[in-house]
Amino acid sequence: MTLKSALAASAAVSIISATAGFAGPEAEVLHWWTSGGEAKSVAVLQEEFASKGGTWTDMPVAGGGGDAAMTALRARVLSGNAPTAVQLKGPAIQEWYEEGVLADISSVAQANGWADVLPASIAGHMKCEGTWCAAPVNVHRIDWIWANAAILEANGIAMPTTWAEFNAAAEKLQAAGITPLAHGGQAWQDATVFEAVALGVGGAEFFQKAFVELDEATLTSDTMKSVFDQMRTMRGFVDSNFSGRDWNLATAMVMNGEAAFQIMGDWAKGEFLAAGKEPGKDFLCASTPGEGFLYNVDSFAMFDVAGDDKTAGQLLLAELIVGKNFQKVFNLNKGSIPARTDVALDEFDSCAHTSAKDMADSNAGGSLLPSYAHGMALRGAQSGAITDVVTSHFNSDMSSDDAVQMLLQAVQNSM
Amino acid sequence: MTDLSNPHMAKKQSFGTVALRWLLYLFLGLFVVYYLMPLFVMVTTSLKSLEEIRTGSLVALPRVITFEAWQTAWSSACTGIQCEGLQPYFWNSVLLAVPAVILSTLIGALNGYVVAQWQFRGANLIFSLMLFGCFIPFQVVLLPMARMLGLMGLAGSIPGLIFVHVVYGIGFTTLFFRNYYVSIPAELVKAAKVDGAGFYRIFWSIFLPLSLPIIVVTVIWQFTQIWNDFLFGVSFSQAGTQPITVALNNIVNSTTGVKEYNVDMAAAIIAALPTLLVYVVAGKYFIRGLTAGSVKG
Amino acid sequence: MTEWLERHMPKFVMAPSFVAILIFVYGFIGWTAWVSFTKSRLLPKYDIVGTIQYDRLFQSPRWETAINNLYVFGILFIVISMFLGLVLAIFLDQKIRVEGVIRTIYLYPMALSMIVTGTAWKWILNPGLGIEATVKKWGYENFTYDWLVNPDMAIYTVVLAGVWQSSGFVMALFLAGLRSVDEEIIKAAQVDGIPTWRIYSAIIIPSMAPIFLSAFIVLSHLAIKSFDLVIALTGGGPGYATDLPATYMYTMAFSRGDIGQAASSAMIMMAVVFTIVVPYLYSELRAKND
Repeated sequence: MTLKSALAASAAVSIISATAGFAGPEAEVLHWWTSGGEAKSVAVLQEEFASKGGTWTDMPVAGGGGDAAMTALRARVLSGNAPTAVQLKGPAIQEWYEEGVLADISSVAQANGWADVLPASIAGHMKCEGTWCAAPVNVHRIDWIWANAAILEANGIAMPTTWAEFNAAAEKLQAAGITPLAHGGQAWQDATVFEAVALGVGGAEFFQKAFVELDEATLTSDTMKSVFDQMRTMRGFVDSNFSGRDWNLATAMVMNGEAAFQIMGDWAKGEFLAAGKEPGKDFLCASTPGEGFLYNVDSFAMFDVAGDDKTAGQLLLAELIVGKNFQKVFNLNKGSIPARTDVALDEFDSCAHTSAKDMADSNAGGSLLPSYAHGMALRGAQSGAITDVVTSHFNSDMSSDDAVQMLLQAVQNSM
Repeated sequence: MTDLSNPHMAKKQSFGTVALRWLLYLFLGLFVVYYLMPLFVMVTTSLKSLEEIRTGSLVALPRVITFEAWQTAWSSACTGIQCEGLQPYFWNSVLLAVPAVILSTLIGALNGYVVAQWQFRGANLIFSLMLFGCFIPFQVVLLPMARMLGLMGLAGSIPGLIFVHVVYGIGFTTLFFRNYYVSIPAELVKAAKVDGAGFYRIFWSIFLPLSLPIIVVTVIWQFTQIWNDFLFGVSFSQAGTQPITVALNNIVNSTTGVKEYNVDMAAAIIAALPTLLVYVVAGKYFIRGLTAGSVKG
Repeated sequence: MTEWLERHMPKFVMAPSFVAILIFVYGFIGWTAWVSFTKSRLLPKYDIVGTIQYDRLFQSPRWETAINNLYVFGILFIVISMFLGLVLAIFLDQKIRVEGVIRTIYLYPMALSMIVTGTAWKWILNPGLGIEATVKKWGYENFTYDWLVNPDMAIYTVVLAGVWQSSGFVMALFLAGLRSVDEEIIKAAQVDGIPTWRIYSAIIIPSMAPIFLSAFIVLSHLAIKSFDLVIALTGGGPGYATDLPATYMYTMAFSRGDIGQAASSAMIMMAVVFTIVVPYLYSELRAKND
């Protein structure tokens, strides 16, 4: 070997050994997107991550809308072995921040101008006392009502714009032998219907006072009683096997004509599309009667972990999550709309366009509200307490007067 | 088996006895249906296509038998981003269960030996304290154990999981061995001591050879508990060390997408196969093990 | 030196287990007790604030349901499993030809995890998919079996599935016990002309007291652990009608970030277990040493 090449070789070796400590960005990601469709969507992120030299270690834990994952998370944090990125949303992010275990990703947020491309209320959820600590993936709309187009046409019914219209339509359907409302009797589904009804019956300000500020007078008001009255009416519109039914089976009921309507977030659209149905033709989508927009934002929170590899992984991951490409592809698959407002929606369908437009309108008009049923408005203890009352009322013959009293007590007890 | 047959009674075989006999078989048969029904449903569902499941009835036999669901469950079902089925996690569970069962059985045997045959002051109290440990629900110990594992540097590892399962298995294994060893006559131990044998010598040459039945019982119980555990498995593992129950949960409890019931059932059966096998194969030793507790002196 | 070692060897052997139990069972119970007097939310805090968690607990309607369910489920599950196990064991003891096969069939449910059991039974008991639908298809239009979706009856479905899973194991325990009774005593009784059923009730069953102890311990352990079964079978529903203290505690700790509340519910649960199990253990172990 000549002297020159020997010098070059040793130089190369010393450079390599100097950087040997840094293997490349890596991330262990805890999430519960485990079904085939979701997995494909998240795989897009993994591919992007890998193409920038990152190593993704998957740590999926399904079930309960994240319950099992949260259990695993707590155990991991307590044992000093937190995952790099975790699928967290709503006030839970700030709760974890208060425990002092989240990392600061403000550098990425500033470098990529997140504050300019995210709506203000959504950006608010991603911040912890002024610093950025989470990256938003999507915006789900909760207050959707889905319908079987053929049934509606055959019975001369239009998509209801008020709850009175809904009740009238439902009675007509019952007379015709069709289940008006396909529903799954699980607590979170009861809560979803409840908050859509509450928004429609009480309006945006009522919703804000009751479910974000937990104002006691509002919780026991006559308006709240009318909400429970409407829930009691809705109870009469579901079939007798609703208890424990999974939400996608309820969607299937609408698809095959057993039922006419379903009140469910926009992930229901994914079921329709997967079965080859067309929006506008086979199924209809509209906001539930009432003004406003209830949102649920999935996001990844970055935990405080040791090691340059992991920190680099977090920053890269955050950058990619809010990147235009991932926002577009993921949301196309999932049925939600991008959290970023500057993503072109050409490839999205009519329901998504409606959703995006409504989001912009309600943002301007002050009726863009966080969903309580999906953990955006309140911490787990309070939202859980409210849901207990809602599901108990729905599954019994409790009166509305008793229900609002229980509601107040439950909220007070949970503080 | 208990021999209640009696030559004096044989001549009294009457219609009544025969009728009772039939009633007995009927009763036993009804319970066979009760016990087998879920398994029947699971197996037939796993062999049907999704179309057939949607349109047919729960208890109908499959019109066309297909093993596709089994194939998917083993090697291509999605448990997260990876869609590699249950296969990768199977080995994790084996690495976890086998050492944990061996260790907890060994410890239980020694403990049971002490409590049954070597009375020292407080032995019974200690035994009772251990027994109470059988009743603690795992959710209660989850968080403090997480902290401890972190302090011990075992967080997220298979040895950590082994440790947890051994600790919480001690109560049961000690109970089983102690119940078994109390029926071995104390004279044997006395005679051996007179011959100059010590603590371990006596265990090795007298008790251990007699222990096969109870070892089988203990191994069956522990293996089932550890292999089927989900809570510790999901909380104390991380990517790469997750046992098969976590993977099964991810397949069965995914909240969106088409529910592939046949794949779910196939996955559940695959995950249960080792324990089922253990029960079916070792079942008769199980009874023998529980029976042979009495050594007639 | 070795003399001393040899004499104290039994203690040395049990010491590690004892220490482990002290730390990982009693130490952790102590930790839980401590946390139950704090305001812990997402993660544990250690400043004592008094009994507010217990106050909150006793005011919660959901907890009331959970505790009631524990009694209903616990008592029914243990009693029915024991009774069924004993009856099946006695029947199987009657020189049945296909005993081995039947025994395996009764025993295998124990091999399945509770998640699997809950899922399978959820299907079978679902009015729209399972028994009710099938019987209706057979022509009996008016047949209803909707316990699973009925808030008042749902807890009994949990009993049904639980008994299914464990009674076979109890049967195996009792069968072994039946067969280990001394033959001489039985023969003597038969010669004396005592009827079979009397032999069982007066001689065999009383001599199986240790087996009853083991069966009771196993069943109580399973009753307390039935968390997975409830979650898989009913999810705690309809509403929260099938909530048990174990699921209540889990929800509070892991879904609601309310660890203080979870700790207080755990302590009450352990107190209930303690008051039932300890007297039983005490009387059994005392009797043994006589």
